[in-house]
Amino acid sequence: MTNVKEKGPEVTLTPPRDTGKGLKTQEMVINMGPQHPSTHGVLRMELTLDGEIVTNAIPHIGYLHRCFEKHSEAMNDYAKVIPYVDRMDYVAAMNNELGYAIAMERLMDIRVNDRVEYIRIIMSELQRIASHLLAIGTFGLDIGAFTPFLYCFIEREKVLDIFEKASGARLLYNYIWIGGLMNDVPADFKSDTAEFVKSFRPKIKELNDLLSMNKIFIDRTANIGVLPEKVAINYGVSGPSLRGSGVHWDLRRDDPYSIYDRFDFDVIVGKGEMGTLGDCWDRYIVRVREMEESLKIIEQALDQMPEEGDVHEAVPKKIRPPAGEIYCRTETPRGELGYYIISDKSTSPFRVKARAPSFVNLSVLPAISIGAMVADMVAIIGSIDIVLGEVDR
Amino acid sequence: MKTTEELHQILSGQFGEEACELKADEKVAPWIIVKPDLIRDIAKYLRDEKGLRFDSLMCLSGVHYQKENELGVTYHLYSTTEKHKLTLKVIMPEDDAHLPTVEQIWKTADWHEREAYDMFGIRFDGHPDPRRILCPDDWEGYPLRKDYQVQEFYRGMKVEY
Amino acid sequence: MQQFLESFLPAGPLVVFVFSIIPLMIILVYALFAIWLERKVAGHMQDRLGPMRTGGWHGWAQTIADLVKMIQKEDIVPAKADRFLFKMAPFIAFAASYAAFVAIPFSSGYIGSMIDVGVFYIVAITSLLSVSIIMAGWASNNKWSLLGAMRTAAQTVSYEIPTVVTILSVIIVTGTLNLMEITELQSGNTFLGFLPGWLIFHSPFMVIAFVLFFIATLAEAHRVPFDLPESESELVGGYQTEYSGMRWGLFMLTEYADMLLLSLLGAALFFGGWNSPFGSYLDGPLWGAFWMLLKGMILVFVMMWLRWTLPRLRVDQLMNLCWKYLIPLSFVNLVLIALWEMIF
Repeated sequence: MTNVKEKGPEVTLTPPRDTGKGLKTQEMVINMGPQHPSTHGVLRMELTLDGEIVTNAIPHIGYLHRCFEKHSEAMNDYAKVIPYVDRMDYVAAMNNELGYAIAMERLMDIRVNDRVEYIRIIMSELQRIASHLLAIGTFGLDIGAFTPFLYCFIEREKVLDIFEKASGARLLYNYIWIGGLMNDVPADFKSDTAEFVKSFRPKIKELNDLLSMNKIFIDRTANIGVLPEKVAINYGVSGPSLRGSGVHWDLRRDDPYSIYDRFDFDVIVGKGEMGTLGDCWDRYIVRVREMEESLKIIEQALDQMPEEGDVHEAVPKKIRPPAGEIYCRTETPRGELGYYIISDKSTSPFRVKARAPSFVNLSVLPAISIGAMVADMVAIIGSIDIVLGEVDR
Repeated sequence: MKTTEELHQILSGQFGEEACELKADEKVAPWIIVKPDLIRDIAKYLRDEKGLRFDSLMCLSGVHYQKENELGVTYHLYSTTEKHKLTLKVIMPEDDAHLPTVEQIWKTADWHEREAYDMFGIRFDGHPDPRRILCPDDWEGYPLRKDYQVQEFYRGMKVEY
Repeated sequence: MQQFLESFLPAGPLVVFVFSIIPLMIILVYALFAIWLERKVAGHMQDRLGPMRTGGWHGWAQTIADLVKMIQKEDIVPAKADRFLFKMAPFIAFAASYAAFVAIPFSSGYIGSMIDVGVFYIVAITSLLSVSIIMAGWASNNKWSLLGAMRTAAQTVSYEIPTVVTILSVIIVTGTLNLMEITELQSGNTFLGFLPGWLIFHSPFMVIAFVLFFIATLAEAHRVPFDLPESESELVGGYQTEYSGMRWGLFMLTEYADMLLLSLLGAALFFGGWNSPFGSYLDGPLWGAFWMLLKGMILVFVMMWLRWTLPRLRVDQLMNLCWKYLIPLSFVNLVLIALWEMIF
């Protein structure tokens, strides 16, 4: 093995400037992270600052690399990959499981019954609400608003309680299996969910009053970190961050999977209401409004959900997919989560590659943060809503 | 909206029959195998040509085909305007794995190519920032190769536990 | 007060010592209470309870437990820090805000020193605080601390102007800088038959002056939405980043003492200080101390309320607010109050 010793790009500082009064000024390199309260985990940003203005930003990632892809190849069973999938985006584990399960079912040509489909949709939309609540709350926290964060957590807790009743776990569920579910939902699942939907609607309004329309909050987020549509598509940005730039794009509608084509919901896009199209406030408000759309989907799904159906009906005894490969993508709260799975006809995967939305969304950060201030950096990182577990996998 | 067969027709008309080869599997969607040297030109053509407009690179993955002693890169393309998908593959010998970068065409490729280099040791010529991305800069070996042996010590620390 | 102490304490120096230590006692007890209160206020505003266990009743001993923990902690000085400045900074900070209490009239019977330039003295001595923060930021040899310290310097210097101008508009009415005399002027007489004779009811422009004064003191005390020097989500901890244990505790104490100082100053200038809100009813030196501290605590509570409601401004927006709005407004208001004084 060759010893790889590539150096990072040399950070070139401008030479010290003379201000003409016998004083010299120079740019400063500062490390933001990996231990910093607002990098949402272990992201490290190497910032070059001119005063408080960012002149260059280089993200360094990999502090949370847990070898997901290598682990998957080492598993002797495709089903054993699911717990690892949970641990990628640990605040939206249901959506990760759903993506993986759908990819495997397409590869193996398994069809699941309607009850399973509906439970999966309800679960993943509830998870989307929980994840958006976390994103909104921590975004407020980054701006300095502490209280909305805890309001969001109170609501998120209710969703986690529903998950706990169904799967026994609060964060990493291993609930959606290839060809079915771990077990059927408890008897009061329907009433619990309906009650949550009913109680949650007014809370969104409360959140809007407290945070979204706050003058200081708008000042801090409007016209900051503007991500134009063209740049967003070229960088492969997806999810609410892309929709915040005004692109009508949602895989649930544009490349439907599972039974999303049966529901009536709107794709929310940013409109540049408070400033420029594609600023931090747009990305934020898309998440807030998407929660209402998720509520709509949940309500419809609760109405249509069949009472009968065995959730283990299509679960294969031994998972041995035919030789072949598949790329399957689903819409998680953070964007397009793709699984590229190659099977060599054995019981363990030949290659599992996860195209993580946070990984791709984060790569746009240097492009939109030049010229911002340190305080804006925090807002921008918060607004693209990364989960480092998914960035580093 | 074009199928992979039609896209293959267009590409072989533009770049010659030997540049790209259509492969089909009975199970899954077909794909096109492209000569390594030409990937950049083909990518640019696919992105800019009217009627093709592959403006989005969904995923770029490295693959190690150990039996054949080959390394591969798979590109999953999508057009948000024309709504068609395409899978391109590049196959290279294991000991001389390098191909032109497509970073200038789709910025998505920037970090994905760095990841493919980090994990498989595939070199992307012309990449502006060819560093490792997930492993430390002085890590030895390429972890996702099938014959990877983890190093015993990293900076004096025992790696295997 | 001094005569009262001399009646049962023997020697001169001891009397002076006891006399001067009273504000310190008030600050320490208040800080223990205010930190607990801040947690409770935060808790109840956020649909939770706050500390509930330590000490039994609603976690009243939580701050004391924290204090014991902080005293036990190792005193860490970064290897490349300027040791002398680093160790000095918290003491200077606390000394600055403690020294300012000397001119505050806690009741009709107690003021540390009857200096004639009381208000001027308070304004001058509190600007020492920014010196200590710059010392802390620079001596830590940490870039986050330095950024925090630079922000503090800019912020304190800028916001002193509206503070001083609004204080000036009170001085126009009272004609004295001695806080005791300012408070005495506000006693007795009433406006419109039922309002107490506090300066805030003196004219409509006085209300504006108070609002401007309160905003400016929020910034002076580094409270949300102006808590940029330490803004934990941007600058990790600002100038406090490298501090731990009791040295950090002293900064915390200074922050709370500063809140109380500026609130008491506001109470003395605008809300009649130790005067009872019910005319001569419930009046007297001891009741006076109660009213003064109550008015101060109400303003402190409003500061806490704001902290748990609002996000934080950015550094350039902070400067905008000060230079483009507060300073011109306070000058205009000053002129209007002067006109009001001339006409009525």
